[in-house]
Amino acid sequence: MTASALDESAALESALRTLRRGLRLSPEFATGLPVTLLLALVATAGRVVVPIAVQQTIDRGLRAPGGPDLAFVRAAVLVSAAVVALTAVSGYLMNVRLYRTTESGLATLRIKAFRHVHDLSMLTQSGERRGSLVSRVTGDVDQISQFMQWGGLMIIVSVGQLVVASVLMAIYSWPLALLVWASFLPLALALRTFQRLLSRAYTAVRERVGDMLAAISESVVGAPVIRAYAVEERTARRIDESVEAYRRAQTRAQGLVALTFPSSELVAALATAAVVVAGTLLGAGGHLTAGELVAFMFLVTLFVGPMQVATEVLTEAQNAIAGWRRVLGVLDTAPDVADPGERGHRLPRGPIEVRFENVSFAYPGGPTVLHGVTVDIAPRSRVAVVGETGSGKTTFAKLLTRLMDPAQGRILVDGVPLDRIRFSSLRERIVMVPQDGFLFDASVGDNIRYGRPGATDEDILLALADLGLADWVAGLPQGLDTPVGQRGESLSAGERQLVALARAYLADPDLLVLDEATSAVDPATEMRLQRALDGVTRGRTSISIAHRLSTAEAADEILVFDRGRLVQRGPHSELVAVPGVYADLHASWTAQRTV
Amino acid sequence: MPAGPSRVEPRILREGMRVLWVAVTAEPLVFTVSVLASALYAAMTVASAWVLGWATENVVLPAFQEGRTTAGALATGALAIVAVAVLKALGVAGRRFYAGLMQYRMQARYRRAVTRQYLRLPLAWHHRHPTGQLLSNANADVEAAWAPIAPLPMAVGVVFMLLVAAVAIVLVDVTLALIGFCVFPAIALLNVVYQRRLSPLAARAQQLRAEVSEVAHESFEGGLVVKTLGREQAETERFTERARALQEANVAVGRIRGLFDPMLEALPTLGVLAVLLVGSVRLEAGALNAGDLVNVAYLFTLLAWPIRALGWVLAEVPRSVVGWNRVRAVLDAEGALPFGELPLPGDGPAGLEVRRVRFAYADGAADGEDEGRAHVLRDVSFAVRPGRTIAVVGPTGSGKSTLTTLLVRLVDPADGTVLLDGVDVRQARRGAVAATAALVPQQTFLFDDTVRGNVTLGADVPDEQVWEALRLAQADGFVAALPHGLDTRVGERGATLSGGQRQRLALARALVRRPRLLVLDDATSSVDPQVEARILEGLRAAQSAGSGSTVVVIAYRKATIALADEVVYLEHGRVADRGTHAELLERSAGYRDLVNAYERAEAERDAVEGEEVTA
Ligand SMILES: Nc1ncnc2c1ncn2[C@@H]1O[C@H](COP(=O)(O)OP(=O)(O)OP(=O)(O)O)[C@@H](O)[C@H]1O
Ligand SMILES: Nc1ncnc2c1ncn2[C@@H]1O[C@H](COP(=O)(O)OP(=O)(O)OP(=O)(O)O)[C@@H](O)[C@H]1O
Ligand SMILES: [Mg+2]
Ligand SMILES: [Mg+2]
Repeated sequence: MTASALDESAALESALRTLRRGLRLSPEFATGLPVTLLLALVATAGRVVVPIAVQQTIDRGLRAPGGPDLAFVRAAVLVSAAVVALTAVSGYLMNVRLYRTTESGLATLRIKAFRHVHDLSMLTQSGERRGSLVSRVTGDVDQISQFMQWGGLMIIVSVGQLVVASVLMAIYSWPLALLVWASFLPLALALRTFQRLLSRAYTAVRERVGDMLAAISESVVGAPVIRAYAVEERTARRIDESVEAYRRAQTRAQGLVALTFPSSELVAALATAAVVVAGTLLGAGGHLTAGELVAFMFLVTLFVGPMQVATEVLTEAQNAIAGWRRVLGVLDTAPDVADPGERGHRLPRGPIEVRFENVSFAYPGGPTVLHGVTVDIAPRSRVAVVGETGSGKTTFAKLLTRLMDPAQGRILVDGVPLDRIRFSSLRERIVMVPQDGFLFDASVGDNIRYGRPGATDEDILLALADLGLADWVAGLPQGLDTPVGQRGESLSAGERQLVALARAYLADPDLLVLDEATSAVDPATEMRLQRALDGVTRGRTSISIAHRLSTAEAADEILVFDRGRLVQRGPHSELVAVPGVYADLHASWTAQRTV
Repeated sequence: MPAGPSRVEPRILREGMRVLWVAVTAEPLVFTVSVLASALYAAMTVASAWVLGWATENVVLPAFQEGRTTAGALATGALAIVAVAVLKALGVAGRRFYAGLMQYRMQARYRRAVTRQYLRLPLAWHHRHPTGQLLSNANADVEAAWAPIAPLPMAVGVVFMLLVAAVAIVLVDVTLALIGFCVFPAIALLNVVYQRRLSPLAARAQQLRAEVSEVAHESFEGGLVVKTLGREQAETERFTERARALQEANVAVGRIRGLFDPMLEALPTLGVLAVLLVGSVRLEAGALNAGDLVNVAYLFTLLAWPIRALGWVLAEVPRSVVGWNRVRAVLDAEGALPFGELPLPGDGPAGLEVRRVRFAYADGAADGEDEGRAHVLRDVSFAVRPGRTIAVVGPTGSGKSTLTTLLVRLVDPADGTVLLDGVDVRQARRGAVAATAALVPQQTFLFDDTVRGNVTLGADVPDEQVWEALRLAQADGFVAALPHGLDTRVGERGATLSGGQRQRLALARALVRRPRLLVLDDATSSVDPQVEARILEGLRAAQSAGSGSTVVVIAYRKATIALADEVVYLEHGRVADRGTHAELLERSAGYRDLVNAYERAEAERDAVEGEEVTA
């Protein structure tokens, strides 16, 4: 499985640091903590006191030396009942407060991570598998809840109980207290190792979940291809591998958990046995009374209890930390294409001028795909970009819209370096229709409105009319309200492109970049659309990438790319006249039409 | 949006037990071991208290009284304590491990089952279910369904404790037993209220969980559009709304659970106190002696533990039932394409016939009021003789892609038949159609795999053959230039390739199979004219060499259409005309408009320019 670039930073740091940072991310966790803690103390104290009270009622009331003391029994029963009620009530209040704060904190965490995924650069995003990204804002966050709703407080309460028990033990008999502590020392050391192993095991579990979701997501999105080629079995095998890897990781982690618990049981028993032996020896020597030893043994159980709880909590903590690690992995990844934000330039509206100065680009770990491109695009011009497939046209468009930053050289828009323009301004003025237009699972109207949120249905219909698409929409079963299905799959490919184009047009940009935006539309519609676009984008700058050279023929200027270099530029009439890449392309194009 | 929260079963508890029974019968051995381990653990917990008491009575106190002790006595006491602890440790380790093993095995088993359904169910079903939701079914819902397995062995393991203690109490004093056993109806009542109140809330929470996953998946998939339109904030708000709703739902669940847990814990203790109170009255009346009351009280404290263990299971039941129902909804979904028995033998190009085919996407379209619009294909008929090529031409949305999915039997027509070599594709046996026909869909889909994996799709094909297909698809050049050649990974959906490169790999994928019927749905839309011309030349050469296939090609470009022996012109899902390219040009105005659009545009442009010049 491919390792994710997102996990590098957080994987190295210590669990404790992750925990601290994780807690800091959700300040909600701390709201009203003192009261919750108080309730937790009452509830825990109640849980310790109630059995003692029952015991005492029996011992002092029923087994009283002078026969049963019934008045005492009744009084004690009433008091105990009150304590039980108090325990239950504070337990309830504590639970509710905990649920409220943790759920609110976790929701915030989800939202932060979600937002950050969108802030990551396009390249970082496309390097991650969607299913795995989804797990980072769903399951990984859920892992934290168990710990926060139970463990976090228990560890505080347990430490408190440990301290009280320790002090009391020391008061009764310090040699025995030392003995108890000494027997727990190896456990504390062993736990460190266990924790490290567990941490690794749980991190593996979370990664396997991501892998599994990625595999399932692929099989669902690719369902038509899988069926057409009857590769269900192979796909099933791939999914099964990821499911199995997940199960193995879970089982391995559980194996470690299953080892942690008995070790604390054993150490507790050793401590008790040691106290019995040493206490008896001390007692035989007259250094300790029987009553003191019995009381001390009771204190040992008070000491051992929280010790075991702590073991359990630490386990749960590792699980939560593994979740945090995945979320932090997202949040720690700085967007490599950063928004200059408030400090950035805000461009005034108006026709846009673009300048590429010696721009080169290479995808991470790949060869250079754009070599020293220098070009001026005049305001109001209609530019066509052509070239063989893989020659760098889309790359050029992505640099221009700042989906990526060039490795070398710089790009100026209206004289301002592109990376100094704040995103809110940039995305408003420069809009690209990408090669594969994605639609959201909503109506046609809502998808178009995505370009300009405030737009009314009238605005949308007007925009469609501008593009000559009014008839098309009118022909849809429910007009603008026709649902497009997931990823727009209930529309035909050409119809999807019409919606994507209308969406960009409604956004009303000053520079419109079309990356094969009409490649699936039939020629008659395409020509109508082009004519309409020519009309409505007059006075704006537009850049279209297209393999159908009809677009190029109509453009003011053509940029011809060949293997990452800008090899020719000029209007159609000039370029066809000279031998070169464009003339060749155009020859093939005409040859195809004149059969 | 799919149906809201799944239906709440009136008898949640029974339903929950049935779910658990499924798990128990699926993993009887693991379950037995974990129950035995739990029982050992429970018994040893009781034993450890007893051993400590024994050691105090027989080792410690005598030593204090006599002022000395023997090493033997001390060792016996210490050993007994440690021995019990070892057994207890074994019990707890076994319980934890085997309960986990069982839980994870059940999860994996159902994840496999659910994803198998995803692979089996028809595309129409997929259209109705968002990907994010399907991810949630396979992950969160399966997890919820099997959550009670973790505490289950403990609950079962301590049942015998419950029985022993209960019988012992009845033997001592029936009246006290009756008073004390009031705890059980109280717990039952509490549980009924709990299950009733929690179930709808849990269903809602689980549904919202799926919706959060749905929004996230869709939003991440559309990440590029979100970016290019600068809509990150709006997407975050959309997600926030769902995430906050999930938060509210979880808090609502927590409020009920937060009440149930402490109450369940309090009830047994209250039972003990009630016994003590009534016992003291009966003691006064002389109906009971003090020793018996002490015994009963002690036995009741023993009862508290199994009750709590049962409570852990009960607490998980509503969510488990909700998760289970959501998983069952996937497992019970019907509608996979049934296969027939007939093989599709032969190795030359296949013959294809389409007879009066009708198709609608919406289920109820056939009896819907707007019959004309609902049908995407109506009365489509044509035939292609083996080795021939047919071009399907038609305006955007006229039903061409729909037709291709019928030809390779991704869907079945509502009426009419598709025949390959004279065999109705519905009668063909599983895998036969896919082995005969290959479709290059309009929308390219690549797997997160190597180039080779994407071309062969796991079939055992020698590298030369892969290269040959790549050559024919004009993809050999760029593949050879990739850092690891055929072994280069292309990223999810082929993210590291250009649009035209992706499309050519998809084409090679079809060609490498040497299909007897090749269906190309606008399969060269993203490649430049030169490359397209070369691809077409290659196909034509293969065709005339006789090693070719029967080809159905969807295209607009005349060069592609010219490859075809016949053209089917579709308009609004009907065959508007059929014939050779020349015939159609002559008699069909729509066809003429469509294929001559570029020339006309050019002519108009020239005319306008001419006017401008003369003006
Ligand atoms: N994300 C990526 N990672 C690595 N290499 C990439 C990535 N995207 C594109 N490339 C490579 O960069 C080169 C240029 O790709 P680009 O998408 O710009 O081509 P294009 O001219 O738009 O081609 P097409 O006409 O096929 O869309 C190609 O060789 C491609 O393989
Ligand atoms: N899954 C679906 N559910 C409902 N309607 C659909 C679905 N897929 C396609 N349609 C509708 O069926 C009609 C035909 O679609 P189809 O994809 O077959 O057209 P096409 O001829 O291939 O168009 P294009 O040239 O744009 O690819 C369209 O009007 C489309 O909106
Ligand atoms: Mg491109
Ligand atoms: Mg189509």
